[in-house]
Amino acid sequence: MAEFKEISPNASAGAKLTNWFENRFPTAFDAYRVHMSEYYAPKNFNFWYFFGSLAMLVLVIQIVTGIFLVMHYKPDAALAFGSVEYIMRDVPWGWLVRYMHSTGASAFFVVVYLHMFRGLIYGSYRKPRELVWIFGCAIFLVLMAEAFMGYLLPWGQMSYWGAQVIVNLFSAIPFVGPDLALLIRGDYVVGDATLNRFFSFHVIAVPLVLLGLVVAHLLALHEVGSNNPDGVEIKGPDAPKDANGKPLDGIPFHPYYTVHDILGVSVFLMVFTAIVFFAPEFGGYFLEYNNFIPADPLKTPAHIAPVWYFTPFYSMLRAITSEMMYALIACVVLGAVLGVTKLKLPSLFKMVVVGGAVVLSALMLAIDAKFWGVVVMGGAVIILFFLPWLDNCPVKSIRYRPDWHKYLYGIFVINFVILAYLGVQPPSPIGERVSQVGTLFYFGFFLLMPWWSRLGQCKPVPSRVTFAAH
Amino acid sequence: MSDTLADKSQMDPSKRTWLIATGCAGAVGGVATAIPFVSTFQPSEKAKAAGAAVEVDISTLKPGEKVTVEWRGKPVWIMRRTEEQLATLEKVEGQLADPNSDRKAYPTPEYAKNRHRSIKPEVFVGVGICSHLGCSPSDKLTPGPQPSLPDDWQGGFLCPCHGSTFDMAGRVFKNKPAPDNLEVPPHMYLSDSKLLIGEDKKA
Repeated sequence: MAEFKEISPNASAGAKLTNWFENRFPTAFDAYRVHMSEYYAPKNFNFWYFFGSLAMLVLVIQIVTGIFLVMHYKPDAALAFGSVEYIMRDVPWGWLVRYMHSTGASAFFVVVYLHMFRGLIYGSYRKPRELVWIFGCAIFLVLMAEAFMGYLLPWGQMSYWGAQVIVNLFSAIPFVGPDLALLIRGDYVVGDATLNRFFSFHVIAVPLVLLGLVVAHLLALHEVGSNNPDGVEIKGPDAPKDANGKPLDGIPFHPYYTVHDILGVSVFLMVFTAIVFFAPEFGGYFLEYNNFIPADPLKTPAHIAPVWYFTPFYSMLRAITSEMMYALIACVVLGAVLGVTKLKLPSLFKMVVVGGAVVLSALMLAIDAKFWGVVVMGGAVIILFFLPWLDNCPVKSIRYRPDWHKYLYGIFVINFVILAYLGVQPPSPIGERVSQVGTLFYFGFFLLMPWWSRLGQCKPVPSRVTFAAH
Repeated sequence: MSDTLADKSQMDPSKRTWLIATGCAGAVGGVATAIPFVSTFQPSEKAKAAGAAVEVDISTLKPGEKVTVEWRGKPVWIMRRTEEQLATLEKVEGQLADPNSDRKAYPTPEYAKNRHRSIKPEVFVGVGICSHLGCSPSDKLTPGPQPSLPDDWQGGFLCPCHGSTFDMAGRVFKNKPAPDNLEVPPHMYLSDSKLLIGEDKKA
């Protein structure tokens, strides 16, 4: 136990009260210092660094609006659709709370995608921040589960058939798939049992996991310190420090970045409220038109598509047809041949590579393309976890990488947007070809990164962050 | 922590064995407790009981017409096909993935293992759920070129989700996402115009 600190009897009432608490609950005061007033963040943050705190803001918006929605919503297949309409029409200001929640879901993905892109271009996933990145990827994965289960709750046509399609993805897994899908649905088709359990997951189980992961993400970050647009370590052994050992290129998070982030919050809330008040459906992208029709298990809408934030991954799922499997097998064989001929590996390991490629190719021929579509869609998210070990570039930040890296990242973003666009469109032969090329590019970008990230001449990295006082 | 075990020789191995054994027993108990919780995810007795057979009167069904009834929460199509529609079945056979319904994922009952996949040639009974991801295909009965369909389209069904196509007997075309033909549920005729869906004679 810490020493009990005595305070002068002449001290002010406020100081006495603070002292009383600090003696009994020092943990809170330590946490404030470690994470706020004495957490030194690099002073050269640019606007990309707003999105982390904005993600926290949206999380709070979702939790608060969610609590109020649960007070009026009924998780029952016969009542759910009506109860959402009741919130929209009869509950005083219910429409505002509901539109904040539905817009918040899309806003969450906007800020998270931008936050992840920031990490990608400035190398924020590199040593020693691998765990920060991994917790972040886990948050993204859990967020997808949270959004998917939440989307079933209004019990509209899109809710119903979207859930039907995604749950049936699991039934593509060989042997255990059909039983697993049955276990998820709790019925032979998506029904009342499914709605009830998705409600439970959406409001309790998944948010708890999400909050735990956010805490882990922040603790891991504050342990190793924030990266910055220059990718220069401000707390490393060689970094310049003042007489007290505080980094010269760092400033305390509070008050500097708390105040700084208020600017980001203000701009964000202007856009957010504009959407909530003037375009809550956002042209059918945030709330799809088919979801204004109650769920009908006997009739699939003419065109079903997931909400925009899932569509890049959905496109990759649709890209995997039986024709595409031959292209993928060719990639596996090519990868194995190159691995064996070009890399310096022990011969035992080479045999493992060849054997693995043969087994994988055989499985790819034997198991249906539908299953591999699911594998590709899941793999597109899972591959992000491995990014810290795929990047071999000697420098972290895009600022000091070869110029052509910028174009490559640009193409990666354009490719991702094209995949997202194709995912909202009805299936078409041209779209299928484009999404197949896009899928190969997406995976090529990551799987070939160990090779291409080493190429080219990097620019000299400065020893201090670039910062102009203003 | 470190001073409690300053000298490793002071460690009592029998106590450690018991600690490990207790830990294992606790883990077994934990897993055993998890089983009932996971089991609650299974379909309830009520959901299982909802699979009762459905009786349908098809006396008013005209050639070319289709009715949809609900059986186990799924749409079951009953369609009286026209002569022309039946004639297309032979023409498309070369383009089908499994024209003889040999695949086992959704086994086709013996009495429907024929070209028209039905007991009576004209009356098709099938579950209107795509074998890909469970969407309900829509009717595309008019032959000829149209969006999302090939130019030599003979009439059949198109799944709106991922573009799988099926012929007039619910047989899937080659190189489509759907791995299998539409399921034919167990069914039988109680009389000439009364169908029972969900049970057949062998059951």
